[in-house]
Amino acid sequence: MSSVKTKVDHVVVKFAGDSGDGVQLTGTQFAETNALFGNDIATFPDFPAEIRAPLGTVPGVSGYQIHFGSSEILTAGDRCDVLVALNAAALKTNIKSLKPNGIIIANSDGFDEKNLRLAGIDENDNPLNNGSLSNYTVYTTDITKQTKSAVAEFGLGNKESERCKNMFVLGIIYWLFDRDPANTIHFIESHFKKNELVANANIKALKSGYNFGETSELFSNQYEISAASYQPGLYRSINGNQATALGLMAASVNSNLPLFLGSYPITPASDILHELSKHKGFEVMTFQAEDEIAGICSAIGASYGGKLGITTSSGPGIALKTEAIGLATMLELPLVICNIQRGGPSTGLPTKTEQADLLQALYGRNGECPLIVVAASTPSNCYEMVYMACKLSLEHTIPAMFLSDGYLANGAEPWLIKTLEELPDIEPHFITDNPNQADYQPYARQEDLSRFHAVPGTPGMEHRIGGLEKETITGNISYDPANHETMVKIRAAKVENVADYIPRQEYVNGNNNSKALIIGWGSTYGSITTAVRELNHEGLDIAQIHIQYLSPFPKNLGEIIGNFKQVFVAEMNNGQLIKVIRDKYMVDAIGINKIQGQPFQVMEIKESIKQYLK
Amino acid sequence: MMETTEHKVLFTSKDLETDQEVRWCPGCGDYAILKSVQKILPELGRPKHEFVFVSGIGCSSRFPYYMDTYGMHSIHGRATAIATGLKSARPELSVWVITGDGDALSIGGNHLIHTLRRNPDLNILLFNNQIYGLTKGQFSPTSEQGKITKSSPVGVADLPFNPIALALGANGTFIARTLDRDPKHQQEIYKKAYRHKGTSFVEIYQNCNVFNDGTFEVFTEKSSKPEHTIFVEHGQPLLFANGSKGIQLDGMTPRVVDIIDNNVDQIWVHDENDMFKAYILSRFSDFESLPRPFGVFYINDNKPTFDGALNEQISERKLLNKKEAFNQLLVSKNSWRVE
Repeated sequence: MSSVKTKVDHVVVKFAGDSGDGVQLTGTQFAETNALFGNDIATFPDFPAEIRAPLGTVPGVSGYQIHFGSSEILTAGDRCDVLVALNAAALKTNIKSLKPNGIIIANSDGFDEKNLRLAGIDENDNPLNNGSLSNYTVYTTDITKQTKSAVAEFGLGNKESERCKNMFVLGIIYWLFDRDPANTIHFIESHFKKNELVANANIKALKSGYNFGETSELFSNQYEISAASYQPGLYRSINGNQATALGLMAASVNSNLPLFLGSYPITPASDILHELSKHKGFEVMTFQAEDEIAGICSAIGASYGGKLGITTSSGPGIALKTEAIGLATMLELPLVICNIQRGGPSTGLPTKTEQADLLQALYGRNGECPLIVVAASTPSNCYEMVYMACKLSLEHTIPAMFLSDGYLANGAEPWLIKTLEELPDIEPHFITDNPNQADYQPYARQEDLSRFHAVPGTPGMEHRIGGLEKETITGNISYDPANHETMVKIRAAKVENVADYIPRQEYVNGNNNSKALIIGWGSTYGSITTAVRELNHEGLDIAQIHIQYLSPFPKNLGEIIGNFKQVFVAEMNNGQLIKVIRDKYMVDAIGINKIQGQPFQVMEIKESIKQYLK
Repeated sequence: MMETTEHKVLFTSKDLETDQEVRWCPGCGDYAILKSVQKILPELGRPKHEFVFVSGIGCSSRFPYYMDTYGMHSIHGRATAIATGLKSARPELSVWVITGDGDALSIGGNHLIHTLRRNPDLNILLFNNQIYGLTKGQFSPTSEQGKITKSSPVGVADLPFNPIALALGANGTFIARTLDRDPKHQQEIYKKAYRHKGTSFVEIYQNCNVFNDGTFEVFTEKSSKPEHTIFVEHGQPLLFANGSKGIQLDGMTPRVVDIIDNNVDQIWVHDENDMFKAYILSRFSDFESLPRPFGVFYINDNKPTFDGALNEQISERKLLNKKEAFNQLLVSKNSWRVE
């Protein structure tokens, strides 16, 4: 049966269900298939902190939003066109993010008396038949029952059969958007390699869902979203944590230093540990430590031993590592600290995103303790920025902090693969042999103030380093007042000098002559860029810069800011970068802030700016 | 077990002295420990650039500054964690941890127990003086209950740790005790600790002559030492008081007996590989009626080292051409080409 196909440029689909419904997997599969098809994509997985929050309840709702299209996609979308609601709680939680006239695909089994009660909805007020959804196109079917009958032939238990329902849903969606389920079939085959029965049942459910879409006449038409036009090259889909792990490995291979990761599990950073622990062939050593402190300290030990020492964590873990970051700064050893930020303070919002650790990264240590701080702006950009953190740290002998966040960590996008040859060289400042027994001074410096570290095991260069203040050049303990001031200034100047080795700040949109400037950093790149493009299109000439190097800042940052009377700083915190910008450049900047554990919507940024430019 | 190979002398004890003035208080027990370590290092048969001393914070932790090897004076309690990272990254080095009762058992307690259970090939020298010296005289986790210190003017309310029992409980594979006033015994223990492949934990009774003077006097003074100490040796009966007394095991209970006629064969013979008896021995210090044991309580040479296991996982899988393999890894996961 051939159906009518409606051509659209881009669509936002949100899958929502119980946290045990396999929503994340369904979303990931759909995103990957669209990416393989050639669409540009951006995704936003949004899930509860509990592994299995109470079934059917509002806190237990897990969502996965994907924005895909035939033109450039920079955000996961403010609101969705299609909402797949596997139960009443999922509908209740997400209905506000569905566009007027949007499509709802609802699993009627998830709206029975029990599920309505669990969602806190009066059982006589089922939204599927009380008329409250009249502004939407609603497709209702008993997905649970259909899935069970589709897989009945495999003789699985009730629970196992029901568990295939996410594949049935995915099948429907594949049909609706005219996508080939082949990629997911391959995935199921390899994922359930050891359980053929379950694999076959899931494939059957997927195909049944697809066929249901085609034959049920439930849907009036299909949607056609053609491939985006891309720069030629080899692409893959990648999320921020994968990109971070690969970027770290790239730095290890290019610097010819085996990677040592000292880490402690924490959301949303753990996937970097998982990924790196798979790559022993690349001499990647992963140490799951007893706590955050041992994680960073072991990395300092490895770095002292001449390896690429890395530690990964999120805000609360970074807080625990603080003293050791100070030690690494004092020792002047390379070390890369990855902070995958989440909502804080304290335990805060473990699975939600926020940019509230910037001041912690810049200033959060005892004493005068400056670091190199860089931030990634998109999931795939984590690859290059964490690579740069390694490069700068190894070449300048300063610890570097890499900032990502929950949104980047779990969000996926297509990535034009960058091979090792396309990355800059790395020249570590480690000495591993000393043929001429020259008089080694551990704190003698290069022009950029970096030092060379003679690693233990190097003959003739035995020396001691430590956390006590040290004399310039010799590194011996020194309590001399003037020496301390000199050393504090040297450590600060050393970080400032890194500005000579990083790219100049460029505009993302606009130029020196634009009416106003908006500044962003980190994962807000997509929302701000989209907002500015739309404003420019509407006739408001706004310039945009996105800062990736936060300590030190690019040399020309002040010059750029100086061009504008009106400067906005948009960030997902209560105003942190703005403090630094105001302090450093004496500009009366205006903050655009959101602190809800959710990324900016394009609309929110646009409205904030318009309010001031009226 | 014992190594008998004669090593070529690559450097002397004198070569281990640094140009830094030793700044411990005159009369501190730390001097004797430094001397003993400097004495045995040249006898171990490896060049001095292969030794690394990592310390935490405290009086004892100044140690690395006085040893002309590689060294790091780190932060409070974390030396074991830093040393674990270093040893895992560089298994060919001989890595020593210098720590104290506050550093290892209080602020660094977590790292200590996890290091012991993982068993990296480190040598941990714990200088136990039962007091905080560097911060000028507060009680430590090994200070006895009731002790009057600056932070316990009416007596310590805490109950102390028994470091040997703690190390056994944490699955330590080499556990020994020695004392600052007995250089020969120290040197023997340090050499054994070095030879053990795995984490060697050595508690050293060390006198703080400023804030806790004489706390171990009963074990070091000629007059009381024989009656209050017992030096255990593998395969030898537990005899003390110049051979006039011994320890007999009555079921699980150790009892002091006088040696008369031929009852030596009823005396407990020390077996350093016997974990159960090591537990009993570790608890002697809880009873004033029993002599304080010194020597090696327990050795288990059959457990794999952590650094060995980690490096084996890597060496078994190591790729020949990492550059090529990495570029392949980038594209291997569902990539597509846009023409």
